[in-house]
Amino acid sequence: MGPDRGPAGVCGFSCPIPIGQYPHVLLAHGGGGQLTHQLIEQLFLPAFGTPALGARHDGARIAIGGAQLAFTTDSYVVRPLFFPGGDIGSLAVNGTVNDLAMCGARPLYLSAGFILEEGLAMETLRRVVTSMQAAAAAAGVALVTGDTKVVDRGKGDGLYVNTAGVGVVEHGLLVAPASVRPGDVVLLSGDIGRHGMAIMAAREGLEFESAIESDCAPLAAPALALVEAGVQVHCLRDLTRGGLGSALVEIAQVAGLHVRIDETALPVRDDVRGACEILGFDPLYVANEGRFVAFMPAADEYRAREVLRGHAVSAGAIRIGQVTATPAGLVTLKSRIGATRVVDMLSGEQLPRIC
Amino acid sequence: MRFVDEYRDPDAAARYAQALHRITTRRWTLMEICGGQTHAIMKFGVDELLPPQVTLVHGPGCPVCVTPLELVEKALEIAARPGVVFCSFGDMLRVPGRERDLRSVKAAGGDVRIVYSPLDALLLARKHPDREVVFFAVGFETTAPANAMAVHQAARAGVANFSILVSHVLVPPAMEAILSSPANRVQGFLAAGHVCTVMGYTEYEPLARKHRVPIVVTGFEPLDILQGVFMCVRQLEEGRAEVENQYARAVRREGNAAAQRLVAEVFRVVPRKWRGVGDIPQSGLALSERYRDFDAELRFGVADLVADEPAECISGLILQGLETPHGCGAFGTRCTPERPLGATMVSNEGACAAYYRYRRVRLERDPAGSSVRGA
Repeated sequence: MGPDRGPAGVCGFSCPIPIGQYPHVLLAHGGGGQLTHQLIEQLFLPAFGTPALGARHDGARIAIGGAQLAFTTDSYVVRPLFFPGGDIGSLAVNGTVNDLAMCGARPLYLSAGFILEEGLAMETLRRVVTSMQAAAAAAGVALVTGDTKVVDRGKGDGLYVNTAGVGVVEHGLLVAPASVRPGDVVLLSGDIGRHGMAIMAAREGLEFESAIESDCAPLAAPALALVEAGVQVHCLRDLTRGGLGSALVEIAQVAGLHVRIDETALPVRDDVRGACEILGFDPLYVANEGRFVAFMPAADEYRAREVLRGHAVSAGAIRIGQVTATPAGLVTLKSRIGATRVVDMLSGEQLPRIC
Repeated sequence: MRFVDEYRDPDAAARYAQALHRITTRRWTLMEICGGQTHAIMKFGVDELLPPQVTLVHGPGCPVCVTPLELVEKALEIAARPGVVFCSFGDMLRVPGRERDLRSVKAAGGDVRIVYSPLDALLLARKHPDREVVFFAVGFETTAPANAMAVHQAARAGVANFSILVSHVLVPPAMEAILSSPANRVQGFLAAGHVCTVMGYTEYEPLARKHRVPIVVTGFEPLDILQGVFMCVRQLEEGRAEVENQYARAVRREGNAAAQRLVAEVFRVVPRKWRGVGDIPQSGLALSERYRDFDAELRFGVADLVADEPAECISGLILQGLETPHGCGAFGTRCTPERPLGATMVSNEGACAAYYRYRRVRLERDPAGSSVRGA
């Protein structure tokens, strides 16, 4: 915020309760769907709106001196703290690393803020920190500053972590939704839905034949390799909360273009599909922590696929769709039986159905 | 994936669609009863494969949608009380009352929890003997046996801090109401497969005879629905009006006798108000005299609460197949999944929500959109 913004500017919200008719924050406001979107559009953007924030990407692009930097932050409140395929520590490092990578930046430095609940087992904290150390080493980033707060027993959920990260953009591409063009192809880096269903199964004590493991992983290496290979990357987006469906809708809306995807092309593992069928979830909207989509001109598709397939984390990269001009702002899906439907953003978190 | 992929096979779907085109010579209006079927039709675009003469209208088979406003208000009232743990299936949390939903009650401090089974709620009651645990027992015949089992077990084990708020409805009386209406235009039904796994389909036979309508017990996958439509149209074209079973892999004519016995013991049949439709005689379940101690309405003294529905919402007409979501002035503008006026916009299985999610915009390659709207 600039120095000219006095208290009046800070308090200049247009409406005291701008969020629908809800006088309290709902869990769904953090679900990554329409309500989260509304919160950003109606409360945060009007208050803090800057060009960088307005770009609506995973992180902000800022210029300092001659350098182009990417800057992002994320808080991690996952429960349980440890789950098949990861834990809150690896998630906190990879999540922020990935947000930087999706801006086309090389992740460099991270901060870590810990909010600990009185009574948390020291061994638990040690395991989380060890996991963060390993994840940072694997992603090639340094944790350079941090903070610790302890809250009264019962006022926290054991442990929350916030990480912020800085990366450097070493190329001239603007990797953002606004760069997407008609004719671009959409590549998906691998199967979807694993993280969300792993957490769901662990949290609710749902037992399947084998444990579904989170896909939690750093994505900077394949993302940067695309740029280094000369692929004209237009947009990258990791498919976290809200899943593939919400990510594509957000990009289509910001770009003002149409994204068409093919349901039969979407890779979903059988165990994840089965769990989704049982709970009435759509894998399109289930969270991932190690998957991303990449938009690029059709001419670069082959090279991009080859590059992505050279990295273990994106070895399953495939084309799932293409961008056209109209109908603007929409994502449509060719269903398994050949019909067309609209892919909408979820309005809240997915809720298990009655029958 | 077994038991799923074979019922979503595009080639088989195309073959069924062709066969259906071949036998269809006249205009027919069919109703799929169950909201799960409506959802599958929209999600997979089954309606796009139908001949233009065949119109599908969406029935009252979403239990969330037909739960009357006053029961929602009762739920909100109970859930907001201190000392109560209010348990519900997930999709009831977003159903709007007059001013709030269960999510708001939770945000304001109420203890509202999503459970996957009424037996989980019973487990909670045993774990927290100092709290009143209430389960919101919503649903058709499909969920009645599990809810009956929870009450039955609670009674046997003497779990005094457990009760259920009952909003059970029955399918055949609703079909009777639709068929008896002077405005009715439904000529054949796809009956709800999962309801019939419990109840069988003998109770549909008198309906088919009395009203001369074919009724086909139908499953929920795209091929099930296409085959159900095919069987129903074939009957209409041949001038037959019988009950047929498309969903034979799950449904027997007699249904599940053990489940029926349990339901008959724990519940009794009562008149029930349907949201948007009104009172239908003998169309709901309430706890039987023997189990009335487990009735949350009595325990919390909310039985007399009444509430009127928003005047603008036409969900009643939609639930009876007399109007479609696109025919509503509020659809997609004043009524959206974030701010629903009526329950058909709330539930995943609601017709309005299904249209909003999958058909909000008329796509160029969507010729069948008109067949859904049509007639």
